[in-house]
Formats: sequence, structure tokens, C-alpha cells
Amino acid sequence: MNTPLLSVRNLSTRFRTERGTVRAVDNVSFDVAPGETLAIVGESGSGKSVTALSILRLIPDPPGKIESGEILFDGKDLLKLDDEGIRAIRGDRIAMIFQEPMSSLNPALTVGLQVGEPINLHRKTVWAKALDKAAELLGKVRIPDGRSRLGSYPHQYSGGMRQRVMIAMALACQPRLIIADEPTTALDVTVQAQILALLKELTRETNSAMILITHDLGVVARYADRVAVMYGGRIVETAPARQLYKTPRHPYTRGLMASVPRLDGDTERPLVPIEGQPPDLASLPPGCPFAPRCKDVTERCRIERPPLFESGPSHLSACFYHERLAA
Amino acid sequence: MNASRPDPVLAVQDLKVHFPITSGIIARRQVGTVKAVDGVSFTVRRGETLGLVGESGCGKSTTGLAVLRMLDITSGKVEFEGEDISGYDRARMRPIRAKMQMVYQDPYGSLNPRMKVADIVGEPLVVHGLASDKDKYRARVAALLKMVGLLPDMAERYPHEFSGGQRQRIGIARAIALEPTLLICDEPVSALDVSIQAQVVNLFMELQERLGLTYIFIAHDLSVVRHISDRIAVMYLGRIVEIATRDQLYKDPLHPYTQALLAAVPIADPEIEAQRGQQIIVGEIPSALRPPPGCRFHTRCPKAMEICKSVDPPMKEMPDGRAVACHLHGSPALGG
Repeated sequence: MNTPLLSVRNLSTRFRTERGTVRAVDNVSFDVAPGETLAIVGESGSGKSVTALSILRLIPDPPGKIESGEILFDGKDLLKLDDEGIRAIRGDRIAMIFQEPMSSLNPALTVGLQVGEPINLHRKTVWAKALDKAAELLGKVRIPDGRSRLGSYPHQYSGGMRQRVMIAMALACQPRLIIADEPTTALDVTVQAQILALLKELTRETNSAMILITHDLGVVARYADRVAVMYGGRIVETAPARQLYKTPRHPYTRGLMASVPRLDGDTERPLVPIEGQPPDLASLPPGCPFAPRCKDVTERCRIERPPLFESGPSHLSACFYHERLAA
Repeated sequence: MNASRPDPVLAVQDLKVHFPITSGIIARRQVGTVKAVDGVSFTVRRGETLGLVGESGCGKSTTGLAVLRMLDITSGKVEFEGEDISGYDRARMRPIRAKMQMVYQDPYGSLNPRMKVADIVGEPLVVHGLASDKDKYRARVAALLKMVGLLPDMAERYPHEFSGGQRQRIGIARAIALEPTLLICDEPVSALDVSIQAQVVNLFMELQERLGLTYIFIAHDLSVVRHISDRIAVMYLGRIVEIATRDQLYKDPLHPYTQALLAAVPIADPEIEAQRGQQIIVGEIPSALRPPPGCRFHTRCPKAMEICKSVDPPMKEMPDGRAVACHLHGSPALGG
């Protein structure tokens, strides 16, 4: 058994809001093995992005706070590091790629300075050398004429090119783990395919692990080794990708798969929507967060909170009736 | 071009919508033209759904707005139920607009936050003078809410009290208030959570069956478009490159751009994905300010030939009824 690169244990992150305390991430645990791509799937408010931000301790405090848990990276608990300690890890051994390349790049700095910065900062490389490396990285993410484009500003790049710059920055220090939060949601489908294929290829080359956060079940199927499905701040199911799609063991996962039209689906069959609304984290039911929308809900689900049950090899499901769903 | 077919609700011929780019503060002079829609022709038959797909900047939304005459048409013809409306002014468009309605993408930005749901849904009735009988008006609004799956007691609430999916239902209720013939839906589900999208897609299909509506469904999500459309037009840089029935287009796409688009969409099944060859096309959509000469797709096309760089391929009808604008298809005279 491989020792995991990242091991998140019982992570809870809460936010103070006008309507009371909201537990955006509630007792979440998962592992990421070296070189593995874990997809975290969920809708808005499921807690997937807050989970990612918590790992790098990027939760604004106040109003947010990591309440409890452990985030073991290479055996070290990131939650116990001081500010300097976590800064040394961000952008070096763990890098993050955000959804909006335009708002995550500094519009007033040249692309060369931004791609070179982590190398200069973490590797204590002189700027001239850092810029050489930056040009090389731009080539790696297939930006033609990398060297001559070092002096350009982000607005002179197209959306897809900006996301390539973000990837170049993330790869600058050869991170062991890349966290990509909806990295292609803002992009067109042909560009999305290019960016994700590039990301996958480069992580494979460097044997970096990746946490891919997305709401798109197709993207997950194409790129993930393992999947964690989040709902209402909790992980409700986790399994190797093939297994999850073949035998989903949680009603929410099953509901998602039945409600999303597929390119190869049967067009005569109507979509089966999940009735109701995604949960309001400020007023979650005491039992299973999915209970109000679940077709197979029982009295027990409304009162008692289901823990994660072992439902197969490396397959966990937070449903009392996961075995019944196997059929 | 598209021969006239029985009973088209809408016939668009060589539609062009160009936007001037001006420069200078005092003396504004035109320095360029964005050809957002540049020679688009299609028809929409009664009761069918025409999907309009393409990536951002391809002109699909502009086409929708121009058909509704919410944008000025540079040239070309738009015929609605046999009536040429391309030259109509606001006043003459008003009765037409009752029969052609729009559903917008953003359920947050498209509803007036200060109006109650009843007033939002009923406003078109008021504008068109159909609200004089108060009881009838109220009953109609209640019926509309019910039709889109909302409860009558929601009528007195404000938009902020509703979720995205419910707001989209309100927008749909408003759009069908005047019993329109044609609904132009511009990315109507793309702002919604995935579990909610199916609810709204199903609602569109139910309403079509019940009310005999005709749809133009504009979207970038090819899976959703496939589910809801009878025919699909694929747009690239202001042009339609292929227009075909659903089965023709998805089973056997002819235009290299259609093929590239479909290959780029991942299928939610890891086993199928592992077997699919991934031919990913390179590059991004060029600027509409300076579209490439010849075929607009030739800069990214894996099958580009010499002729594609200089000769703009016309739209050609194929034996099976679809139409494609590509030198590889239907032009033995030009090929070789």
C-alpha cells in the first residue's frame, strides 16, 4: 500500500454569516496518492472549493475558520505550520490553478514576472535565470514564442492562453500536488479539451498528483483516477472512477448520472431530474443532507446522519441503504 | 441554400449583423467592423427545435437577438410566418414580438428585483392590453405559474426569494404569457446547477408538446442540445458551417469543426473515454475583427487543403438533406 502524499482527516471549515454559522466543509477525509488524479465533484455550495482552499490555508479569517482536522502532506500537518511555513509550501510543493485566469493573474505585471516569481522566490534563483526558466515553461504549456511573450501583460493573451500561463506558474517549481479548481469552466469546449489534456500530460511527466475540482461528470470520466462526490459540505461517496460510474452506491451520485444528458445517451428517454434544490448550508437537516431530495428516503435518513460505509474495495458511501443500491 | 419547406415559422436568409468599431473621442471614426453574423441562412419549421451551437464569439446569441429585431440587421432577410420583418420599426414589431419571445441565460439578471412574480409574469399581458379584466388577468397569471411548475401563492413574492431554477421558470412563464409561436432560448440552462438543468430541460420539452411551441435553442453544451433538438446548426465565426438533423450531425458529422467539437466533449463514462481517440484540435477562435481569408476554420482545421486558404466554401446541400460549408464535401468541381 502506497503511503498517501496528502491525507486529509476530519476537516471541518465554517463561515460566520448573517444567518448563523455555516459548516461549508463538515468532517471531510480523503487521501491522494503520489501521481494520482482525484476528482472532487459537486454542485455550488457542496464545499468542494472550500475544501481546496482549506488545504492551502487560503480561507479568509474572518469570516471563515478551519475548525478542526488534520491535513497531512508528506507526513507534516499543514494546519500546524506558521504563516511562513505554509507560504514556503504554496506555489512550491503544492500549487493551485483557479477558475478565472483573468482575476487570478496580476494585470499590472508582465507574464514573465509572474511565471518567474515562484522560481525566484522558492528556488532563490536570480531573476535572469528565473526568466529563462519562465520562457521554457511557456514553451512547455505550448505558448509559441515564449521568450518574446515574457514581456506581455495578461490582457494581451486570450482566455485559453491565460489559463496556460496559470498552468506554467503552477508547474514552475515542479509541485508534488496541483489543486485545479474548475480550471476550464470559463473556457470553450475545444479549448477545455486542450487545457485538460495538457494538464494531464504534464502531471504524468512529473508524476505530480492532482486534485481536480469540477461539476462536470464528463471531465471526471476522462481525467480522474478516483472520485469523491460532495454534497452539503460532506463527502457522500468515494471510489475509483470506473467503479463509481459502473456501480454508484449513493442516491445523489445515481441521481446526477441520470439527470445529465450524454453525448451517447438515448434521446428517447427523458432525463430524470433530481427534484428540489441544492441544500442551504445554513439550514441543513439533522440527518442525511440529501434526504429532502432523495427518492428512497426513510424516516431514519431524516433523523440520523449516515456515516461513510465500506461498500466495496476502496468504495465508501454515506447511505444507510448502499447495499440495496448495488443491485 | 435552404429551399423553402412547408410551413416554416421562421426563414432567415443571408443575415448579416456587423458592428462598427470606432475610435477617437471627439471625431469618432470607424476603424473596423466586427462581423458577428456574416451571412447566415436557416429555416425553423413549426413545432420543431432548432439547436444553435458554437463556441463563444461564433455569433449564435447575436443571431437570436437579430431575429427578434433587438439588434439592427446590416443586411439579409428575416421572414416570420411568411412576413418579411427585416425592415420593421419598433411599432410594427410590437404585434410580432407577442409571437416571438426570448428566454435569457441569467435568471438573476433578467428579472426585475423590485417586481413581484405576478407582475413580472403578467407584464407582457399589460403591455399588450390584455389585462383589462382583472379577474381574467389574475387567473391567467396563476395558470401560467402552474404551467411552469410554480405554486400560485408564489405570485406575491419577489425574485430574490427564489432559487436559480425557479427563477428560470419565472422567466419561462413570462415568455409564454402571450402564447407565442416561437421561443428563442439563449443558454437557458447553462447558469443552473447540473441537478437542476434536467428539471428545466424537461419543462421546455413538456411545454413544447402542450403548447405546440417552436424553439430556437442556443447553447454551447452539445449534450443538452442533442437531447432537446430536432435539427442543429453549428456556427463558427459568424457563419453556419453545418446544419443537419440530430442523428445526422451526432452520428456522422461532416464538417471538420463539428467533428472537433464533438470529439472535445467528454462522455460521462470512464470506459468509453478510455477507448475514444482524442483528436484535439489546436488553437483558439480567431478574432471576428479579422476573420481568416478563405474558409474561416482553415487555421485550425486538421484537414485543411490549399484551396481552403483562399476560397470561402459556400453552403452546399447534400443528398441526405443536410447542408455543409466545406471544400471536402459536395463539390467535385472544386475538389482535387
